[in-house]
Amino acid sequence: MSKLPLRARLAATIGGVAGQVSRLAGRGDGSVIGGVIALRLEPGLLAMLAAGRQVVLVTGTNGKTTTTRLITAALESVGQVASNAFGANMEAGLTTALGQARDAPFAVLEVDEKYLPSVLTATAARAVALLNLSRDQMDRAAEIWLVARRWRDALADAPDCRVIANADDPLIAWAAAAAKQVTWVAAGQRWREDSWCCPVCGSHLVRSESDWRCGECGFAKPAASWVLDGQVVLDPAGRRHELGLALPGRANRANAVVALAVAETFGIGAELALARLRTVTSVAGRYTTVLRRGRNVRLLLAKNPAGWLEAFDVLKPAPVPVLLAVNAQGPDGRDTSWLWDVDYRLLRGQRVFVAGERRLDLAVRLESDEVAFQLVERVDDAVDEVEAGGDLDVIANYTAFQQIRAAFGRTT
Amino acid sequence: MSTTGDAGMPEQAGRPEGASRPGGASRPDDGGYRDGGRGASRLRLVWVYPDLLSTYGDRGNLLVLERRARLRGIGTESVLVHADQPVPRQGDIYLIGGGEDLPQILAGHRLRADGGLAAAAGLGAVVFAVCAGYQLIGSEFAGEEGQPVPGLEIADLRSGRGDRRAVGEVLADVDPALGLPRLTGFENHQGVTRLGAGVRPLARVVAGTGNGDGTEGAYAGRVLGSYLHGPALVRNPALADLLLGWAAGPLPELPAADEEWGRRLRDERLAAVPGG
Repeated sequence: MSKLPLRARLAATIGGVAGQVSRLAGRGDGSVIGGVIALRLEPGLLAMLAAGRQVVLVTGTNGKTTTTRLITAALESVGQVASNAFGANMEAGLTTALGQARDAPFAVLEVDEKYLPSVLTATAARAVALLNLSRDQMDRAAEIWLVARRWRDALADAPDCRVIANADDPLIAWAAAAAKQVTWVAAGQRWREDSWCCPVCGSHLVRSESDWRCGECGFAKPAASWVLDGQVVLDPAGRRHELGLALPGRANRANAVVALAVAETFGIGAELALARLRTVTSVAGRYTTVLRRGRNVRLLLAKNPAGWLEAFDVLKPAPVPVLLAVNAQGPDGRDTSWLWDVDYRLLRGQRVFVAGERRLDLAVRLESDEVAFQLVERVDDAVDEVEAGGDLDVIANYTAFQQIRAAFGRTT
Repeated sequence: MSTTGDAGMPEQAGRPEGASRPGGASRPDDGGYRDGGRGASRLRLVWVYPDLLSTYGDRGNLLVLERRARLRGIGTESVLVHADQPVPRQGDIYLIGGGEDLPQILAGHRLRADGGLAAAAGLGAVVFAVCAGYQLIGSEFAGEEGQPVPGLEIADLRSGRGDRRAVGEVLADVDPALGLPRLTGFENHQGVTRLGAGVRPLARVVAGTGNGDGTEGAYAGRVLGSYLHGPALVRNPALADLLLGWAAGPLPELPAADEEWGRRLRDERLAAVPGG
């Protein structure tokens, strides 16, 4: 990577300094501002920094950061890996990640759904992992069918790239089907409210627990070579591997299966890769348990209806209380209507605290589902209500999560 | 929490094998639909195509109607009709929500072929249509490439595609004839809707875009459409009561305790928008 032209080297260096200043000033992890400055000096920097490396891109509505972390863990068994581990997933964040690990022969990058086509072109990625597509922050994001169509066009133009795609998500299957090389993974799909329409012809999809097909045009779930079956994964040779992850929940088992399929692309066998995956215990502060004022506070991120389903899946049952925190800033989506797509009834009987800038939206939502709750101003108000030494689960959406981490001093 | 009752949230949609009847399903006396007799003791709420048209919390409108009826001792029976099922004609209130372009086109195609929703509206049922659903009840709307697609012709309006997407909080003052307080909601659409002589604007826009000509929504008889998410009936309980009243007759006020959280949310949203 030392072969960069002078202008690019300068851009990368100045960007790195800006990132450090930002970090020292406590304004964030510095991965965006540095990249923004560097790209302004040298717009082609991302492509230059990616040149000569084996690049994996990870995208989808949910699970990007975790899957990126898992793939990174697997690839680290064969070499150094550059990665945007903290979720800065647009061009600036990617540029910073590559600039900070100039000699790494591998790069695993999570990419915002909208940016996949341009990043795919810039990085000439060897592999792309497509996880899932569902409604998310629709006031700023494109309709997901449009996103899938753009992926489809981009992947059709990248014949050297292997796509690892979730066959259980019809929109993902449609997007990936345009690629030349596809590894299909049956990773499951809990949230189905955005995939009742055939992406090909618009007709109604016929769905069962583990299969789907269009009744009119015949578009159907592709046969998968990797299959998630409860706690076990079946590899392409039909061998069963117990996952045994440290990360909780069905969604993370799905992410792990995708990571295993990506690892195989690089010649890393399932058992070796799994041993690496099992060492991942938290991802960018998520799933971490923090000791706060003598209580054990576990942080879960959920940004959209599909994400809340996954968070509920790992929630500790009563009597462990739960705090829900929702904001509606730009990165969260400014429309809170999606709260009504989440079924909160399973929180009945559990002690529930409600916080965040849009806590009144949550309050009305919970009242409607007959879930008792208590409004709190700050997270610590809820922490103090928990008995000393006790547990508290926190589910927060994006900026609410970041605020809580900041309040906890980024100790995670 | 002050509510009790049995009509919880409908199951997640996704059971194509038969219309689900949340709330009513557990009751031994659930006799399904009865012929005729609007204003019967149990309100039949029909949610049209939640599998296609429920993009942003449209379920909330149904839950609010259920709750506000229940708090007044009015039983409800909610029917979720999927796009591969016939739309029953004997419902009291029909809800049809928002959706992306392709599901909207598919829904239009199916609903025209089925005829149930238009027939129910013709029989005097209440129809509450939001965003894509609002466009659908007109005579025409714009498809994914902007092409005109025929609508259901339930309301005298037609929609096309505007130059830019309208996204953000909306405030609108309701037609005084309806006697409702200011509306608050969130819009996210690229539609421009022109109202014909057969409907009246629901409201005048104070902040936001709405129909695109300074008006927002439309109504005629018992058919009412709006661009507002929020969901609209959550943020505007008086609008929910208007629809319930059309179907069930005059309604008593609710105790203040039952309105507390909704009122606080509403006050917060009204104050959050400049000009509000």
